[in-house]
Amino acid sequence: MVSLKINGKSVEVPEGSTILDAAGKLGVHIPTLCRFDLHDINLHNQGASCRVCMVEVAGRRNLAPACATPVMEGMDVKTHTPKVINARRVVVELILSNHPKTCLTCPKNTNCELQALAAELSIGNIGFSGKTTQHKIDYSSPAYVRDMNKCVLCRRCETMCTQVQTVNALSGLNRGFTTTVGPAFNMPIAESTCVSCGQCVAICPTAALSEVNNVGKVWDAIRNPDKFVIVQTAPAVRAALGEAFGLPAGVPVTGKMAAALRMFGFDKVYDTDFAADLTIMEEASEFIHRLKHGGRLPILTSCCPGWVKFFEHQFSDMLDVPSTCKSPQQMFGAIAKTWLAKELKVDPAKMVVVSVMPCIAKKYEAGRAEMAPGGVPDVDIVLTTRELAKMIREAGINFAQLDDEGFDDPMGESTGAGVIFGASGGVLEAALRTAYEWITGKTLDKVDFMDLRGMSGIKEATIDVAGTPVSVAVASGLGNARQLLEAIRAGEKQYHVIEVMACPGGCIDGGGQPYHKGHVDVLLKRMEALYTEDKTKVLRKSHENPFIKKLYAEFLGEPHSELAHKLLHTSYVKRPRM
Amino acid sequence: MAEDNCQCGESGFKKLAEYIRQFPDKKTALIKVLYEAQHIFGFLSKDVMLFVADKLDVPAAKISGVVSFYSYFTTTPKGRTQIKCCMGTACFVRGAEKIISRFEEKLNIKRGETGADLEYSLDSLRCVGACGLAPVVLVNDQVFGKLEAADVDTILANNQG
Repeated sequence: MVSLKINGKSVEVPEGSTILDAAGKLGVHIPTLCRFDLHDINLHNQGASCRVCMVEVAGRRNLAPACATPVMEGMDVKTHTPKVINARRVVVELILSNHPKTCLTCPKNTNCELQALAAELSIGNIGFSGKTTQHKIDYSSPAYVRDMNKCVLCRRCETMCTQVQTVNALSGLNRGFTTTVGPAFNMPIAESTCVSCGQCVAICPTAALSEVNNVGKVWDAIRNPDKFVIVQTAPAVRAALGEAFGLPAGVPVTGKMAAALRMFGFDKVYDTDFAADLTIMEEASEFIHRLKHGGRLPILTSCCPGWVKFFEHQFSDMLDVPSTCKSPQQMFGAIAKTWLAKELKVDPAKMVVVSVMPCIAKKYEAGRAEMAPGGVPDVDIVLTTRELAKMIREAGINFAQLDDEGFDDPMGESTGAGVIFGASGGVLEAALRTAYEWITGKTLDKVDFMDLRGMSGIKEATIDVAGTPVSVAVASGLGNARQLLEAIRAGEKQYHVIEVMACPGGCIDGGGQPYHKGHVDVLLKRMEALYTEDKTKVLRKSHENPFIKKLYAEFLGEPHSELAHKLLHTSYVKRPRM
Repeated sequence: MAEDNCQCGESGFKKLAEYIRQFPDKKTALIKVLYEAQHIFGFLSKDVMLFVADKLDVPAAKISGVVSFYSYFTTTPKGRTQIKCCMGTACFVRGAEKIISRFEEKLNIKRGETGADLEYSLDSLRCVGACGLAPVVLVNDQVFGKLEAADVDTILANNQG
């Protein structure tokens, strides 16, 4: 332990801690900007590049950045001397002098860390003016916009992309005044190895990175009397949407969300969880088929579009390993425009399928050529949880006081298995609940697979299925997925089934969720919300969903039927590794 | 593969692959390999950078970051004769501006540019460490010192011979 003094108060912290850590222990607030630390997912961004956290250390000639200065025995630190306060102000004014002053119309307005910092330091006047950087805004991605004119060069995105996700799409480019962060050759991001996981968007302090906003498109569709507009909402959305309206993290707002969507004027309000149950029907069948007929194992889940694009780039030699199942979002659209349209007697050409996702990669997924059989896209418009929150605010709905409502039948009915898709390990757990019963022909009494739950990046378990040990693994975060896949490619590890989600912790931590601002406890609470909802459901196994049974009986026939294949399965593309 | 669509000739890529082979630790060889690649091809094209990325197993984004950081590396073709005028403090006060202006005038290109015929490139650089010879000009690897504007004409005339 090292003891030091901060503002005259003594504190003891472990060796290797920073001044900022020690200040945190004392409850002393030191403003920061570039720094971002998500210990649980191994993300440490402390480049000390912004110089906002400067403090005075007795005996040291210059000010020290608290985030990157290790504590030393007997250190005497002052965090708010006139010299410190002035230096911080100058630093923030310098950053602002090269930042667009368009806060009022900025997508990050009221959610921007730089804006909050300027307010915290009462910046009223920017004492510097001069040349400003001029970068072309990159609109190439269907998922997010890159406006590097708003970048403060904190490098959080680069750290996330390279260290945590190992996508390696981003790097610092150029030097001096033209320094920027971007893909190789500063090419359009859509041409790079970026998988649109959106973790960079989730932690960008400003609006340098922000999701493509589709709110206007949705309002237009709803207002168009010739269109029949339906909406589906992904499992993880309900676990986080409340946060945008001041409700505590972990309070599921399923009923209020359904009510708000109905108030907007959607013709029908459905649940992606229904399609999650459908995914399990197809995926569990595919697994059992491969198991029984000596097919390629392990089978990898394919619900996560970020993960799908990742393996297309990084493991293009293994394209036969992932399940061919489309994701629940896409299965929902495919069934809505066929079976549901027939059921409701609606012309599929007039149907607009909107989805609300915790994810920005879903925007990219919906636009993939494979997801538009015959040129008709399964899903037309994708919103993130954040965009849904914006719509609710635009509409002036008092969200917290809404009465709970249910989803519409038939595609609003789901089991507990569908709900837990939103948490890392949930898809696998749901698949096991069904596969177990189908393989053994017996009822699975204990449906909770506790080993597969939680925030750990890699989780493993062996499940006894009628005497056959089935070994499974779960990876969340693409760096962890890479580690697992490389071990499999090298023949060091063998599994039957592997679930992968691109975002650490799964969809609850998706790139389209309300900003968690580095609080992992928020993620844990969102997870808990989903498992609680699962527990309260009467039906907790996908194959018991009555409307799924009806769908197969009346339309699809059986899992992996010719029609199911046509509508619910997809193929993968070999992409350059770069 | 990068080889297929490169204009620089396959032999260059063979030479580079041969050079890369000598490094047991590929990840730490990046700067040396880029240096050699530029030596072979004259500049670092996208194809060359992708080739290096593939051979060294280093992300292309990172290579792009390194290449765009160091002023030594260039991603555009340079002239057969590369003229670099030192604009460091000593050279500057001893009239480097007059020298580089004379080059601009004679070659009809601005500093930082390469002639359309790829004969000459003109660049400025900061201090080559030969301040005693100020103002200094590098013509390819040859150093010329204590220059006056009139010497520029002689240098160019001799270079054509």
